[in-house]
Amino acid sequence: MDSAVLSLQSVCKSYAVGTPVETEVLHGIDLQLSKGEFVALIGPSGSGKSTLLNIMGLLDRPSSGKLLINGQDTSTMNEVQLTQLRGQAIGFVFQTHLLLTAFTALENVMMPLLLQRGHPDEAMKSRAATLLEQVGLAKWRNNLVNNMSGGQQQRVAIARALALSPSLILADEPTGNLDTKSADAVFELMRKVNQDSGTTFLMVTHNVTMADKCDRVLNLVDGNILTETRK
Amino acid sequence: MNSFIPFEWIAAIRFLREGRLQTLFIISGVAIGVGVIVFMSALLSGLQANLFYRLLSSQPHITLERPKQVVTSVRKAELGQQIISAVQMPPQRVGAVDQWQKVRDLMRLRKDVVTVSPTVTGPAFVVKGSSNQAISLTGIDVDQYIKIVPLPDKMVSGTYRLTNNDIMIGTQLAEDMGMQLGDKLRVATAEGANRTLTIVGIFDFGNRSANQRTTFVLLSTAQNLLNLVGSVTSIDMTVKDPYEAENIAQSIASETGLNALSWIANNSQFFQGMNAQSMSSMLIRLFVGLSVAAGIASVLVVSVVQRQKDIGILRAMGGSRGQIMRVFLIQGAVVGLLGSMLGSFLGFLLLMAWRVAAKNPDGSVMFVITLDPKLFIYAALIATLTGLVAAVTPAVRAARLDPVVAIRG
Repeated sequence: MDSAVLSLQSVCKSYAVGTPVETEVLHGIDLQLSKGEFVALIGPSGSGKSTLLNIMGLLDRPSSGKLLINGQDTSTMNEVQLTQLRGQAIGFVFQTHLLLTAFTALENVMMPLLLQRGHPDEAMKSRAATLLEQVGLAKWRNNLVNNMSGGQQQRVAIARALALSPSLILADEPTGNLDTKSADAVFELMRKVNQDSGTTFLMVTHNVTMADKCDRVLNLVDGNILTETRK
Repeated sequence: MNSFIPFEWIAAIRFLREGRLQTLFIISGVAIGVGVIVFMSALLSGLQANLFYRLLSSQPHITLERPKQVVTSVRKAELGQQIISAVQMPPQRVGAVDQWQKVRDLMRLRKDVVTVSPTVTGPAFVVKGSSNQAISLTGIDVDQYIKIVPLPDKMVSGTYRLTNNDIMIGTQLAEDMGMQLGDKLRVATAEGANRTLTIVGIFDFGNRSANQRTTFVLLSTAQNLLNLVGSVTSIDMTVKDPYEAENIAQSIASETGLNALSWIANNSQFFQGMNAQSMSSMLIRLFVGLSVAAGIASVLVVSVVQRQKDIGILRAMGGSRGQIMRVFLIQGAVVGLLGSMLGSFLGFLLLMAWRVAAKNPDGSVMFVITLDPKLFIYAALIATLTGLVAAVTPAVRAARLDPVVAIRG
């Protein structure tokens, strides 16, 4: 289990607990993500993909079961520890490229570092500049993110997810809102980062072609992992 | 991004800048509130200072007189007896202060007393032809009295200079008797003494009855006319802190056994009026302050809802609850501070406009408003604090937002 970046053990999640409309969304998920893996999570809407992603991203807690990140049990951690671990170990790329519109591309990429250290510094700035260069946006660093295209914004979001060199990046339909060309470019970028740095990726997608290009495909249906395909 | 500025400040300023219109409106709201408070405070303190000056510049802070003459019943009640008696108070005649030179020197030794001026006051008549008018004759020590009542400031014509045969009268008396500067005037007393004096000055106290009754002569002239040679009827004083006058008067009374009257006791109605005025202005300021606070709070609450997504992003990227909370607290404080700076400027402009607009009929300034820099500093401090306090609820709400809901929302 040492090489597991993330490990889920019988994770269940219920909503509206204790009310007549209590619903269990995830029914005992067991899953391990190894270092350097690029995993696709597919499944119809309402199957619990987002819930699973939120739990893996420490944004939500499971109702029962255990979640280990880099071997650390998170079930006994408090809010502050979870926030810290989230910042260090996990990067997020959301469907709607959630960027802070009040900041420039460079500042958005700096943000995880800034939140951790409190004050901006030169090292942070150069790290963010390097990352932007990696995603091919060196020229756009001082643009406000609202003035950039969807594909560009998603690349900023990927650069931001990489800022703290997390061991795991969770991407929730990162190409869902992009045209085919931009979508392919963003996917290739993630793949390249994955191969270069060995960062583990878990990507939720509806795109079957894209899922086929991943190392492993998980098919989540009605809160259970129905099938699992390894390449 | 400047490396000296912490994250919370950067984010707060960026958020405020991005929500330009909203920020502008709330800062204007704060500015108007602060402007009103600054204007009202300066106006009121100017007005009160002016009233105090007028009142204090026409009377001594403390007047020492000889103790009231009282009659006590001689008959003592024996055991088992009760005496019901009605004692008639004797009429208070003009009376001299015992050993007034000693009292004066004693008063001059006191650290809290500034000026000591012996005066003789008594009733008299001015007579011109067949008409006569009752006056109050005040004999003064010219050099000392000027430190108590700035008579030269109140002179309408003539100069503040008295010899043994001179008198200064008020404008009303001059008008009633049809007299001018340099005219001769006969002053008579009920005791039968009389003397012809020259009018060397006419003053205006801004009060009809004072202008009609009050007259000033030299101490010795008054002593002669009132048959009080070598004596004085009262010792007038000013003290360092006029507001302490009553306490000082009581301490002097117990020290000398004389009757000590402070200006505070003599003008209790005036003080009540002042207090009522201060209280009502305090209430207005309080309510303006509250409405400013409510304005800041409501804008920030809306802003938290609008920023839900940003808050979610920041939390997902490892931002702590404390950091989120501080971002919104700082926004409140910054709005308060900027608003108060703008408001102080607004208040300053209003006061300048007031100076131009509010003039006496003769074109002189109605009263002087002194701008105390402290007022602006206090306004800024209080507004910043108000912004901070008003931001507490929205900030706590922001910090409590569930990042999952925030991002979805």
